[in-house]
Amino acid sequence: MTKTPSANRKKNHEINRRKRGEYLFGYSCIAPQILGFLVFVLGPLVMVIVYGFENRNLLTGKTTFAGLSNFTTLFTKDPLFYKTLGNTLVFTLGLVPLSVLSSLLLALAVRKDSMRNTVFRTIYFAPVVTAAVAWAIVWKFLLQGDQGIVNKVLAVVGIHGPNWLQEPGWAMGAVIVTRVIKNLGMNIIIYLAAVTNLPDELYEAARIDGASKLQAFRKLTVPLLMPTTLMITMITVIGSLKIFDHIMLMTEGGPSNATMVLVYYIYYQGFRFFETGYASALSLVLFVIVLGLTLAQWGIGKRFSYQEG
Amino acid sequence: MKRNIVLAKTREPLTILLMIIVALPFVFPFWWMLTSSLKTSGEVFGALSLWPKTFQWANFAEVFTYQPFGLQYLNSVYIAVVVTVVTVVLASLSGYAFAKVRFPGRSALFLILLSSMMMPAEVTIIPNFFMMKQFNLTNTHLPIILLGIFGAQGAFSTFVMRQYFLSVPHELEEAAQIDGLNRLNVFLRIMMPLAIPALSSASILTVLNSWNTFLEPLVFIDDLKKFTLPLSLNNFRDAYGSPVWQLQMAATSLSVLPILIFYVFAQKKITNAMAFSGLKG
Repeated sequence: MTKTPSANRKKNHEINRRKRGEYLFGYSCIAPQILGFLVFVLGPLVMVIVYGFENRNLLTGKTTFAGLSNFTTLFTKDPLFYKTLGNTLVFTLGLVPLSVLSSLLLALAVRKDSMRNTVFRTIYFAPVVTAAVAWAIVWKFLLQGDQGIVNKVLAVVGIHGPNWLQEPGWAMGAVIVTRVIKNLGMNIIIYLAAVTNLPDELYEAARIDGASKLQAFRKLTVPLLMPTTLMITMITVIGSLKIFDHIMLMTEGGPSNATMVLVYYIYYQGFRFFETGYASALSLVLFVIVLGLTLAQWGIGKRFSYQEG
Repeated sequence: MKRNIVLAKTREPLTILLMIIVALPFVFPFWWMLTSSLKTSGEVFGALSLWPKTFQWANFAEVFTYQPFGLQYLNSVYIAVVVTVVTVVLASLSGYAFAKVRFPGRSALFLILLSSMMMPAEVTIIPNFFMMKQFNLTNTHLPIILLGIFGAQGAFSTFVMRQYFLSVPHELEEAAQIDGLNRLNVFLRIMMPLAIPALSSASILTVLNSWNTFLEPLVFIDDLKKFTLPLSLNNFRDAYGSPVWQLQMAATSLSVLPILIFYVFAQKKITNAMAFSGLKG
């Protein structure tokens, strides 16, 4: 019954051969994507850091080492950079509360399954599947000065609407609202998933204890949905920082740079002024901000999942 | 109790009215896009009219002569198909490997790949541009296709597939292997047919993503004939650079309608897939 050493070795050999086959199969399966990641994501990320320290002109192809000069220009000599950061902040701070609050209210409004609510859910989600480019173009059409339908309708009730996208005081607000509508359906759907999991017994108990609907909303719904709210907030913040297509198609950063945001400024410096070195430095600023927020999002996510577990 | 019922009854129509008002900015743009696409330019700029006086079907014909719109449409279609097929194949392979095959460094490699989900394409667009230029690939569709396959959407598709394969019980594979199927055949004959729901989610998301991609074509493509739809839509302009709105709306309708129709039919599938993708950030 005892195995001879040679049989054991043979068995080990067989196991090792099997293992190697398994490894090889695994690595072959993931190889194309890992390769693509190295070439199109990681490599370019390293290069954008290198470019940030260069004077690099897209048109002439002239490249010289610039040391820190891109960054000193960025932080000390370029007022437009601070305006851009400010605008990005205004865009985010304007969009996020509006989007989070309205998606919560609408999710609660359509939470019960009925024919009517299905119709409304379909409607709220339709802009999400629509291309941002198409949505922005149509809204630009709606929001023209006196010719636009929005102002024509306002004129019917006696209001003289502004030239939404051409006046510095209105342009940012107009872009924010159109963007909120574009993506609201996404947040509504995420909220809906959380809302259906709310325990009915708690609300029943609150009702018996004499709590009003508003009290139940404030003391039960809002705290119970807090993890979802935080997650939606982070997703929406990161999305807002990357806003580009709406700006490009509706205002091109204007009027007088009132809607010049970070990603549009990267495009503007890199592909309109061909200052790709400077644009790379700007890209790094974007990268650091997004990285920081993503790590924060993961941190928040973890804390909540630990609490639940 | 009675008061509550009365209140509820008067509130119901009010809620509906409120919801209809809220729904207007979601629906009206589509309506206005479609009706304006059938108006004359005079009517577009004239007095308020909710319905075209006479249907200008000629606008839709003019869309195709104003610029090579048919070709541009085809470009968008074939790019979406290529990107989606390749993405789904690669994501199935790697998703399966990350879920079911044991090899050293598996979790680390998976995390590294996932990290590209958070990487904004805007950050790496400049080095990618120089790289493509080096290989004389600017003004071709290849950069759009490659960045589409290996960008955030590709990584996310891998994630979708891996999550699905994780949920398939291990015994199933073992049984198949005992029956004499090798690894590749287990994957192709047993796992892939099971993974069709996940495959369709990944495909839907990839198609939509590719169809809507704007930055890459904007940066890489100069030639009108190589434009994709998102570039082309904004390009119906007169000699002074002002938009020719009725044509722009007709072209936009042509690009939006197929997606909307598909959405209405596959609504549940699409919303679920997209809500899942929304969570990725």
